[in-house]
Amino acid sequence: MSTHRGFVRHGAHGWSDYFTFNTDHKVIGVQYLVSTLLFFLYAGLLALVIRFELLDPAPTLNANTYNAAFTLHGSVMIFLFVIPVMAGFANYLIPLMIGANDMAFPRLNALSFWLLMLGGLVIVSGNFLGPADTGWTAYAPLSLQAPDGQTLWAIGVIIIGTSSTMGGINFLVTIGTLRAPGLTLGRLPLFCWGMIATSLMVVLATPVLTTAMALLVLERVAGMTFFAAAGGGDPLSWQNLFWFYSHPAVYIMILPAMGLISEILPVFSRKPIFGYRAIAASSMAIAILGFLVWAHHMFTTGMDPSVQTAFMVTSMIIAVPTGVKIFNWIGTMWGGVLDLRTPMLFAIGFIGMFVIGGLSGITLGSVPVDTHVHDSYYVVGHLHYVLFGGSVLAIFGAFYFWFPKITGKMYDERLGKLHFWLTIVGFTLTFFPMHWLGLQGMPRRVVAYAEQFQQTNQLVSLGALILALGVLPFLYNMIVSWTRGAQASSNPWSALTLEWQTSSPPPIGNFDTPPVVTNGPYDYGESLSPREAAAD
Amino acid sequence: MTAWVGTVERTRAGIWLFFVSEVFLFGALLGMRFNLWGNTRPDLDQRLGLLVTAILLASSFFMYLAESAVAHGRRVVFLLSTLVTASLGIAFLVGVVGFEWSGHLQPTDGVYGSVFFAMTGLHALHVASGVLFIAYIGIKGLRGRYTSAEHFGVEACAIYWHFIDVVWVFLYPALYLMGTAVQA
Repeated sequence: MSTHRGFVRHGAHGWSDYFTFNTDHKVIGVQYLVSTLLFFLYAGLLALVIRFELLDPAPTLNANTYNAAFTLHGSVMIFLFVIPVMAGFANYLIPLMIGANDMAFPRLNALSFWLLMLGGLVIVSGNFLGPADTGWTAYAPLSLQAPDGQTLWAIGVIIIGTSSTMGGINFLVTIGTLRAPGLTLGRLPLFCWGMIATSLMVVLATPVLTTAMALLVLERVAGMTFFAAAGGGDPLSWQNLFWFYSHPAVYIMILPAMGLISEILPVFSRKPIFGYRAIAASSMAIAILGFLVWAHHMFTTGMDPSVQTAFMVTSMIIAVPTGVKIFNWIGTMWGGVLDLRTPMLFAIGFIGMFVIGGLSGITLGSVPVDTHVHDSYYVVGHLHYVLFGGSVLAIFGAFYFWFPKITGKMYDERLGKLHFWLTIVGFTLTFFPMHWLGLQGMPRRVVAYAEQFQQTNQLVSLGALILALGVLPFLYNMIVSWTRGAQASSNPWSALTLEWQTSSPPPIGNFDTPPVVTNGPYDYGESLSPREAAAD
Repeated sequence: MTAWVGTVERTRAGIWLFFVSEVFLFGALLGMRFNLWGNTRPDLDQRLGLLVTAILLASSFFMYLAESAVAHGRRVVFLLSTLVTASLGIAFLVGVVGFEWSGHLQPTDGVYGSVFFAMTGLHALHVASGVLFIAYIGIKGLRGRYTSAEHFGVEACAIYWHFIDVVWVFLYPALYLMGTAVQA
């Protein structure tokens, strides 16, 4: 147990500890996971509002309300769910996976979480001042003319970015300095490698977003000129600053998800991961290349064709390390004794959906195609395939996979499978037809649309409803299993990484005896399924 | 229990990562400067610019003196040097915020005023926090909390101060020297 001055109550002794400035990484991890899940539900309800509006080609809601709904949907999903939920898993898992007692900077860690809550409060409270209605991209000069809520939105993003940067520094120093004896970098679980790459991007890219947001606030409230062409400013410099962060942010959202998948697949294939080094190295390659592709969001802004070509090539190159990962995951499953439990189903679903999202991404990275489908529903379809079909499916899988470790209880397998199948069916109905809509010319972010798109839009809205219904068994499962589930053993999956070598949930301080690592994280010697292993 | 690297090494690593992140914070502003000003710059008081730059560079020397004094247990030199460093930092702030900011160029004067105030403002915030940090180690030193072996607070303060100084080494030419001066 750590003995930081002034923080006597350390670790969770009861449920009320989760509402305190607690410095225990497991408490902070659960705080992150639960609160970001609440933000997911909030943003998901906003998505249903969007899909309700689009049932009919004519506007049902006020156009400003609609604009505010998709702005808040995107902003909350990205800044308050996908990015921080990964920080939640990282907080809970990294110290356990590397055999440490806690994070390197426990107080900074608690501050990161509470700053995230403050930032979320600031963004959401902007709704009462006339909400931000410019999309999560807040392009200038539109964002200079938006209601006052836009200012709060920008301030909230700055606060969340600060929280995120502090978290990134904490993860890097933790993995760098607190590994157990014998845990060399070559034995590091792949989720940790994913978080190294992610944290590097967070530390380098987030400050650029902070600068952009601060300049936006100054221009809005202090009469300064940065982005308004009228005063000699440059609207495109907003896009450059914004995408310098926000394209790396795409990888900030997917690299941890790929790490989660890399933990789940070998356990339920009962095989060593295929190409450990290639997976770790490709994460680092994506982190570096991710900084060299941002202008592919700006192909239609009239940039020089030679610049377009350069960014097209770098964008296509990203597909190589990504493909390396896909083939390694398939290689891991190949010839394995597959155990199709809920986490494994989500992991396989991730691979399938992410491949589709990756391929539509390559087509978007091509200048001639992008010129036609820019700002259309094709883009909306693509980004949801990588963000929902990629990141969120991995997040769902991870919730099930580590549920026994975090709560000490088993979840209900049948409800988990129901969640999976409703999600896959709803997801496909929602997001696949968006590609057709985009190719036929339906623009994104419009409250009214041409009548010929109505049938497809109604299909999409039906899919969204199924997707939303799928969340209900998930929530029910999490809540009821946590309170009334069967007791989980310390290692129900017979996994080899360190977090499974301590009790469920782990004690304060994590390990009763200090772990010493003598083998790799995925050295499954023989093809035993977890059930067989348990029977031995 | 685990292979703990000492707290000092961990904190040092954290501080350096913080600097890396700060580089990108200021780097984005420098990018804005070159994008919006191109090969021009506002007409600023050159003598004042040179003076505050000299003051800040000199302050780094006294910061270094303070750090090596505490490492050698020379308490009086340490206290005097921190006092001089903080005073030079305040003199820099008076020069930038007190004089340059009340000159003819104002934040509402188009892109020249906006970029100038954004860059010097962000930097001045860092200098002000650095002065507070120096005051903090000065007070702790006065109470005899540092020994020649254990004085990581002084080291952290010193590298932060040098970092702020290095940032100015990049901001100064970008604001005062590069390109041709135009009346904003």
